[in-house]
Amino acid sequence: MGPASLIILFLAAITFSAGGILISRILVKGTKNPQKGQPYECGIPATGSPWNQFNVGYYLFALIFLIFDVELVFMYPWAVEVKQLGLPALIEIVVFLFILFMGFLYAHKKGALKWM
Amino acid sequence: MLSLENITRIIHEWLNSHFNPAIALDTEFVLVGVASITLFALLGLSLVWMERKVAAVMQIRLGPNRVGPKGIFQTTADTLKLLMKEGLVPDGADKFLFNLAPFIVMIVAMLILAPIAFAKNFQIWDINIGVLYLSAISSLSVIGILMAGWASNSKYSLLGAMRSGAQIVSYELSAGLSVLSIVVLTGSLSIKDIILSQQNGWWIFKAHIPALISFIIFIIAVTAETNRAPFDMAEAESELTAGFHTEYSGMRFALFFLAEYINIFIVCAIGATLFFGGWMPLHIGSWQAFNHIMDYIPSSIWFLGKTIGLIFLIMWFRWTFPRLRIDQLLNLEWKYLLPISMFNLLLTSLVAIMGWYF
Repeated sequence: MGPASLIILFLAAITFSAGGILISRILVKGTKNPQKGQPYECGIPATGSPWNQFNVGYYLFALIFLIFDVELVFMYPWAVEVKQLGLPALIEIVVFLFILFMGFLYAHKKGALKWM
Repeated sequence: MLSLENITRIIHEWLNSHFNPAIALDTEFVLVGVASITLFALLGLSLVWMERKVAAVMQIRLGPNRVGPKGIFQTTADTLKLLMKEGLVPDGADKFLFNLAPFIVMIVAMLILAPIAFAKNFQIWDINIGVLYLSAISSLSVIGILMAGWASNSKYSLLGAMRSGAQIVSYELSAGLSVLSIVVLTGSLSIKDIILSQQNGWWIFKAHIPALISFIIFIIAVTAETNRAPFDMAEAESELTAGFHTEYSGMRFALFFLAEYINIFIVCAIGATLFFGGWMPLHIGSWQAFNHIMDYIPSSIWFLGKTIGLIFLIMWFRWTFPRLRIDQLLNLEWKYLLPISMFNLLLTSLVAIMGWYF
C-alpha cells in the first residue's frame, strides 16, 4: 500500500472516535444542573481562571530542546550514510557534537538546567 | 502454511479475479481501515486487562475475576459502562479544542501503525524513511495533550498538560538518539531493511554493549514519553487528580485511555523491531537444527511475543519504582541520559565503521 494508506488510517481514526462519541450521545440522556458544569477543584467552587500567567519552571528547557531537536534531525541523514563514509564522517560529527556540547555545558554553567 | 502474508495475498488475488481493479483496491482500503480499527479495540481491551492482571500478580491479589473466565470481559464491561456515561463539557471550556483533542490523540496513535511490520511481509506501508516517520508522528501526540489540558478550564488539567509537554519533549531527544544508533548500524531508515539486517542475530546481541546501553536508554525514554509510572507526573493521581484528562468523561475519556495503551503497544513494537528483530525468529550462528525449529514458529507470534514482553517490562516498572518529582525527572534526562546517549551514539558509529559487530 502506498501513501494512500495514511489517508485510510486517518479516516479510520476519525470514524472510530466519532462513532464512539456519537453512539454515547444517542444512548445517554443528560440532565442539566448548574453544579455539573463546574471544573473540578477539590469539591469547593472553583476560584479564578486557569488561563493566566504562571511560572513555567522549564521554560529554558524548551529553548535547549529546540537546539538539540534540530541537531537530531540533522543527524538522521548522517546516520544512514556513516557506515559507507567511514572515519572522516565520524570525525566531522564529533566536531559538530563537540561544539554543541560546549554550548550545552555553557547553558548548564549559567544555570539554565536548574529548577526555578 | 496459513500466515498473515498468505491471507493478505489470497484476499488480494480473490478480489482482483472477481471484481475490476478499482473496486478491488477500494475494498482493500476499507479492509485495512476495518482491520486497524479492530486491532485498536482489541489491543485496548486486552492491554487494560493485562495491566490489571499484572498489577494483581505483583501485589499478590486476584485482580479482575468476575466478568467472564479470569475476568477477561471486565474491560468490555467497562467500555460499555463508559459508553453509557454522559460526556460533560465544563462551563467556560474552549469547546472546539476540548472536542478536538481526543481526535488528535487518536489520529496520531493510528497513523503510527503505518510502517510497523506485524509479520513477515505484512506491513501497511513500507516507508523508506520509516524510523524518521515514526519519531515525527509520535512527537505530535503532545499537541493533543496540551490542547486537552488548555481547553479544559481546570487548573489540574493545565498543570498536567504543561508537565506532560516538558516531559515528552525532553525524552524525545534521548529516544531519538538511541533509535539513531540502530540506524547507524543498519545504514537504512526503512523498517523492513532494519528487520532484514537482523537475520543472523538481533542487534541487542550483535552490537555488544553500545546496543545494550541504547536499549536501556530507549526503554527509559519511552516510558517517560508514554507518561507511564515512574514518570507519570502528567497524571499523578495523588497530586493532580488525573492531569490533563481531569475534565474528560464518558467516551472522550475512553479515547484518551485507549490512546495511552495503544501508544504503549506502539513504542514497545518499535523497540522490539529495532533491538529484537521484529518478526525475525531467534537464530544462533551456525546451529542449523535450532534455527530450523525456531523458523517453524510463525513470524506474527514472534513479533507479538517480543512486544508483549516489552509491555510487561514497562508494566513491571510501574510497581517497582516510586514516582519521581518533575525536577528530578528533567535532571535525569538533561544531565545524564542526553550526554550518555550522545556519547553512546558516537561509540556505536565507531563500532559500525570498524565492523566490530557480528
